Amino acid sequence: MKLAFAAGLVVGVVAPAVGFFLVERRMSLIGDGIGHTAFAGVALAQLLGLDPVLTALVVSVAGALVMELLHSRGGAVGDQALAFLLYTSMAAAVVLASAARAVNAGLFAYLFGSILTVEPGTVLKMSAAGALVLAVIAALYRRLLAVALDEEAARACGLPVLGLNLLVAVLAALTVALSMRTVGLLLVAALMVLPVLAAGRLARSVRSTLLIAMALGALSAVGGLSLSWVSDLAPGGTIVLVAAGLYLLSLGAGLVRRRVTV
Amino acid sequence: MPAAVELIDVAFSYPGHAPTLTGVRLVVREGEFLAVAGPNGGGKSTLLRLMLGLERPSSGAALLYGEPAHRASVRPRVGYLPQRARVGIGAPVTVHELVTAGRAAVERPFGPLSAAGRQRVEAAVEEVGLSSVARRPVAQLSGGQQQRAFLAKLLAADPRLIALDEPTTGVDVDAQERLAELLCELHSRHGVTILYVSHEFGAIEGHVQRLVLVRGGIVFDGPIGQLPQVWHDPSHHHGREGSHACPSS
Repeated sequence: MKLAFAAGLVVGVVAPAVGFFLVERRMSLIGDGIGHTAFAGVALAQLLGLDPVLTALVVSVAGALVMELLHSRGGAVGDQALAFLLYTSMAAAVVLASAARAVNAGLFAYLFGSILTVEPGTVLKMSAAGALVLAVIAALYRRLLAVALDEEAARACGLPVLGLNLLVAVLAALTVALSMRTVGLLLVAALMVLPVLAAGRLARSVRSTLLIAMALGALSAVGGLSLSWVSDLAPGGTIVLVAAGLYLLSLGAGLVRRRVTV
Repeated sequence: MPAAVELIDVAFSYPGHAPTLTGVRLVVREGEFLAVAGPNGGGKSTLLRLMLGLERPSSGAALLYGEPAHRASVRPRVGYLPQRARVGIGAPVTVHELVTAGRAAVERPFGPLSAAGRQRVEAAVEEVGLSSVARRPVAQLSGGQQQRAFLAKLLAADPRLIALDEPTTGVDVDAQERLAELLCELHSRHGVTILYVSHEFGAIEGHVQRLVLVRGGIVFDGPIGQLPQVWHDPSHHHGREGSHACPSS
């Protein structure tokens, strides 16, 4: 159980940190698209006998890059690139999984998570990947924020906007891959988005939004795991439901604060 | 003065559309205060985007300080305030955070803000008179204050050129006059090149050195007082005679 909490904490902290830059670019559902792509990667791994996490990582990075390029260079407007990626990768996942005769409980473990069976080596790899993601965000924070605030102004002053957006997409793919065993591919996007939405209601600056989002993500992971342990519920789903509950609480807190301020 | 911007026989059309601009020849000298006017859809914003390298000409060349505009090495010192600038994210961005983001292109890519950068941010916030609200979210400020916060973001990078696209849209007269004072100060004391796109100049009119009128191409280029009567529009003459002299430098 200690390993499960450690894995949950890593994902709880890292997912909102990356999700912040997706939410603020009005691309909240990208994590969902990347999760579906990773699912196609897992199915491909089953078919070819490859390492599922590594294959999912490679495929989801490729998917994230394709989506970003379709959006920025391919003329896909609004959520067209996301829709393309989501449906194509889901269809590919179904076809590949059935070809591999792998539509079974093992596949569901990736879709919905299996945090209670996580091994020490996996937690170590997750922690290393999570630390890398956070280090990149911390190092490039000012530039990432400038692009999130205003892409046009960032482009005008020569910032490598496409490169920074591609980087965020790759970080999102890495986060999805490291979250596969905790909340699962279908729910990982929720941990990238819900804590950020909740934090936006409570914080008074961008920096505090980011930090509160990471704290709420960790709280969701620990709270959800504890609740699932006590009540014998599915851990992945419970973690996300706790995150959703925290979001609803933040809405209430935001309303109260607004009334007090007025 | 060397050329800050040079457009050489530029034509531009958006894919699948008729040409927005044709036959554009324009040189903006360093330190000039240039106004770009014209009817809606006439191509004035497109002209500005071409000058900044945000669009590439369909034919001809756009140069920024002698280099192709889209990859000019001076771009970190170019400030651009897009039309209807607003905080584009949901998180509560403070004035200080917004202005700090203005240093992103001139600071080293990694790590914290340099000591000089921190000082410049504080100074820029002070220059626009927002020190007392520096830690407040931009979205909680008035339209005029928000506009000044965005201007401070540009100032934080010590710009050589500032481009503003319809900066007075939705801003009251007092805020327009404050903006005019700030731009005048930048231009006259610091020699910053200013490109000011608008269909209505109001308080800024007295400061503009040269007017370019755009209507599918440049139909007038000269001092604002020499604008032929045929191009006059009542909205271009809200300025009060003699009330907009720049402070002496």
